Amino acid sequence: MIINPLKRVYLALESWFNLSFGTEWNPLYHLGTLSFFLFWIILVSGIYLFIPFHGSLDGAHASLEYITHDQWYAAGVMRSLHRYASDAVIVTVLLHLFKEFASGRYRGFRWFSWVTGIPNLWLIVTIGITGYWLVWDEMAQYIAVGSAQLMDALPIFSGAMTRNFVSGGMTDRFFILIEFLHLLGQPMLLMFMLWLHVKRLSNVNINPPRGLAAGTFVALLALSLAAPATSHAPADLGRVPTEIHLDWFYLNVYPLLELWPAQQIWILTTAVTFLLMMMPWLLPKKDGAKAVVDLEHCNGCGICFEDCPFDAITLQARTDGARYDYEVAVDPALCGACGICAGSCPASNPFRTPRGELKTGIDMPQLRVDELRSLTRSAIDSMSGDLKILVFGCEHGIDVMRLNGDDTRGIKLICSGMLPPTLVEYALKQGADGVMVTGCRHNDCYYRFGNLWTRMRFAGERKPGLRGRAEHARILLHGGAEPDAPLIARDLSAFRQRLRELNQAARVAVEEAG
Amino acid sequence: MDDVANKWLRFLLQALNYSLFMGLLWYFASSPSVRLLGADEAKLTIAFAHAGQLREPCRMLSQQELNKLAPNMRKIDDCPRERSPVSIEAQLDGAMIYAASLPPPGLFGDGGVDVFYSAKIAAGVHRLELRMNDSVRIEGFNHRFDQVVTIEPAQILLIGFDSKQGGFLVKPALN
Repeated sequence: MIINPLKRVYLALESWFNLSFGTEWNPLYHLGTLSFFLFWIILVSGIYLFIPFHGSLDGAHASLEYITHDQWYAAGVMRSLHRYASDAVIVTVLLHLFKEFASGRYRGFRWFSWVTGIPNLWLIVTIGITGYWLVWDEMAQYIAVGSAQLMDALPIFSGAMTRNFVSGGMTDRFFILIEFLHLLGQPMLLMFMLWLHVKRLSNVNINPPRGLAAGTFVALLALSLAAPATSHAPADLGRVPTEIHLDWFYLNVYPLLELWPAQQIWILTTAVTFLLMMMPWLLPKKDGAKAVVDLEHCNGCGICFEDCPFDAITLQARTDGARYDYEVAVDPALCGACGICAGSCPASNPFRTPRGELKTGIDMPQLRVDELRSLTRSAIDSMSGDLKILVFGCEHGIDVMRLNGDDTRGIKLICSGMLPPTLVEYALKQGADGVMVTGCRHNDCYYRFGNLWTRMRFAGERKPGLRGRAEHARILLHGGAEPDAPLIARDLSAFRQRLRELNQAARVAVEEAG
Repeated sequence: MDDVANKWLRFLLQALNYSLFMGLLWYFASSPSVRLLGADEAKLTIAFAHAGQLREPCRMLSQQELNKLAPNMRKIDDCPRERSPVSIEAQLDGAMIYAASLPPPGLFGDGGVDVFYSAKIAAGVHRLELRMNDSVRIEGFNHRFDQVVTIEPAQILLIGFDSKQGGFLVKPALN
């Protein structure tokens, strides 16, 4: 299996960053928002640079020399921020791609986000290329000639483009075209593509945590002051630049032109792009059964609509003549089959029908809430130790079934977010001494918000909350990936100790009362 | 996964991570450099567009042929559209460096050809011979250039062609 070693590498990297940044600021959990933040830096610094920049063949290089040397303290810093933030975007985008691939979040219902994400990388690269072109130094000349060679390899140009850059055909008009592309055309297209990329997600956040944003900005500023971005000598179409200090983040394709014909480079890049885009079908994974709405038990409260991470649920006018205004509907093509909606439905309360079948407004066919309640009851009855601890765990985190023992039983969920808080209260009422709920690592939920919604529900910050009458001290929320198994064992031991103390205190209280 | 409990140690580790990231950005933003030419190398570039001559000459229509045509369609000559391929050879110091026969593009074979070739050469004095045929009605080459040229290191020796200016144009590239 190709994924597992990659996932191990990713989790190790994630653990390293968790050590220093914690789960709140871990940059790997905020690669998308960090990229947006870097775009903001690029945009603001770009607008500033546009003021002193002279967009012409004769004026571009000279104006950048002025920016870099004469006004190094302001425009020069802005230029460096513009360059280094652009380079950083390539790193964050590549890491984002690697993370999603390594953790399997690219196939099944996620195919659309994956497929619309891949071209963005190329789009960002082309924005960088036109940006470097505007400097009109030797490197700009190198990429201009290289780009023309690549374009000429396509049947539509056939040699006409390259001639512009060797026989004096380059004019200010062409330069203005590049300027238009870099400043307006490409960024607008990128914005549209990014909108498309996140279209199937709900609650999209584009701001990283302030601490992470501040740290990133300070680091970029320090780098900009320590190693300011500079230009090569001005472009001279009569001479070949002998040595280019290439920006490998953006311009890594061009040196290949020295080794291969341009057609082969097109074949290579197109094949890699196509291969990446086809990954959801080359390494497919079938989604679980999609959520099913039972209108008889749905009052159209809209909590599942709010909680769905993939925008699969819509709130619409009632169609069954019931007295409620709304009902929910699930789009199976968008549904991630995570079950977060089942956990959010107020009708998933196990106390509603203590004896009969528990029917809820929205449920998962592969693990119905009623079945979950039965599993809870039988797990409690099957324990024989001095304690009875139930561990609910999602199938993407730690394997909770490995924790089974005399006093512990694991119950596997699709996602920790599918656990109705009232079911935990129910378990405690049924005789469990404690309940542990473990999902993916905090802020890294496979289904985006499962562990976050769970924490918020149990803290009473999100509906449906854990009721006040539940004994909160007997509930432990956890999170972790497979390598964190020793940590969960450690925390489970501490939880056992706490439960024994609580039981002892309860016994004393009963004796004193009696 | 637990983070480091000591706040200052955590900040120190964060600073280390940021430094590594910035170091990566700094290094690959300009390194390693790419050397395009050696110290005593220059570049020879052939770049021009040229339409070959018509494969068949225009033919004057006879009066009888003209009479058969509608009055508004009476054109005195008939010129077939198809053009000749362009064959070109370039020799440097007696060695063939480029030879190609380029067919006219287009659905009717009536387009001009784009010639592009670029190669590194040693800087210094060279004998440059260029030959081109642009008509199937002519045997051998109908355009020739044979001269000694001097090229400086890193300079581009640009070879163009313009029949109105007398054929091959060999010069340092324009700025």
